[in-house]
Amino acid sequence: MPNSSKPSPFTDKLVQFLTRLGHNFTSRIWRLGFASRFFLAILLLSGTALRRFHLTIREIYFTGVLSLIIILVSGLFVGMVLGLQGYDTLQRYGSSEALGVLVSLSLVRELGPVVSALLFASRAGSAITAEIGLMKATEQLSAMEMMAVNPIARVVAPRFWAGVVSMPMLAALFSAMGIFGGYLVGVQLIGVDEGSFWSQMQASVDFREDIVNGIIKSCVFGIIISWIAVFEGYDAEPTAEGVSGATTRTVVTSSLAVLAADFVLTAFMFRGA
Amino acid sequence: MNRATLDLWVGIFVTIGLGSLLFLALKVGNLASNNVGETYRLEAKFDNIGGLKVRGAVKSAGVVVGRVTQIQLDPEAFVAVVSMHIDHRYKFPRDTFATINTSGLLGEQYVGFEVGGETQMLKDGDLVKKTQSAVVLEKLISQFMFNKASEDNGGSKK
Repeated sequence: MPNSSKPSPFTDKLVQFLTRLGHNFTSRIWRLGFASRFFLAILLLSGTALRRFHLTIREIYFTGVLSLIIILVSGLFVGMVLGLQGYDTLQRYGSSEALGVLVSLSLVRELGPVVSALLFASRAGSAITAEIGLMKATEQLSAMEMMAVNPIARVVAPRFWAGVVSMPMLAALFSAMGIFGGYLVGVQLIGVDEGSFWSQMQASVDFREDIVNGIIKSCVFGIIISWIAVFEGYDAEPTAEGVSGATTRTVVTSSLAVLAADFVLTAFMFRGA
Repeated sequence: MNRATLDLWVGIFVTIGLGSLLFLALKVGNLASNNVGETYRLEAKFDNIGGLKVRGAVKSAGVVVGRVTQIQLDPEAFVAVVSMHIDHRYKFPRDTFATINTSGLLGEQYVGFEVGGETQMLKDGDLVKKTQSAVVLEKLISQFMFNKASEDNGGSKK
């Protein structure tokens, strides 16, 4: 059978292409499965992170406190821009008093949780990945295992929980700062009536529907970002190149995941009641 | 950095985080004004509620006295049944007149109570008998247009 055993160059390329495609696909599924198993392991091994709470507090300092400046400053500017843009549009319809409603609802419901999550992913998420990845590259994680210290319990879980705790606080700060920025521009600079700015805001922002839903969103985003960040670090190839690739993947994947999750959550929460 | 400083910074962080949550809840949201304590329930039937929504305000003389808690369609009479929770501090006479008003031209709609003169007061679960439906702007405009058209005697029709 001399004819059938000799493949043409075209089929050869096709087979190569399909093999690569299949390999890419299965390796992605494999990574997703590993990530889920890893998530479960973090939850099961977080006893140490809670019992020796100063480990978590240390990480809250690095993820939360050090992200304060970027969150506060960008919250202020986003609120100020909302104030300017919102006023420009609202005064066309003669309802510039509704500026407070516009600024507060858009911040509390959407911009606060989402923008602070994106900032958090690039400020803290990338740092977590780089740190854990470097620990792996310099074989600190293996050294811990040698000393019968579980690296997931000692290194990964405190960072995960610190992210989960910090995220809602940062989102609330972002929203509060943004509303203050909108107040500065709207009331102090442009001269919208201060009384109607606050009273209309209070009349239309509901605690349960708007604020609690915003907090739920930011908690979910915190879990997503921290999970992706610690997983990418733990799974990183232990080389300089591998760590840098993992850091990039953390920012890209968690930003996309936050936006997708935001759509799903919004569809559940605000179905045009 | 030693542990005491670390704890201090994280403590400050958590404090201002919770502080901003409190700010959002009290200053931005209506948590304080929403929990007015004890309420009693009233119902009212309207032919048309327009754009009234659940959680809409119930006002008397412009003061918020309660909230709309439920809106349903009566399947037999085909009228809207609006349930409201009214602050127990405010009692209204039996012949109170419930109307659906709009705050401003494009504002949201609310239930307004116009107080009558009877001495007996409405109790929990009572029905407000006299109601007036929402003014539907489109109907008003179309009535106006038809009147105009009939005045013109078809002269300007296309």
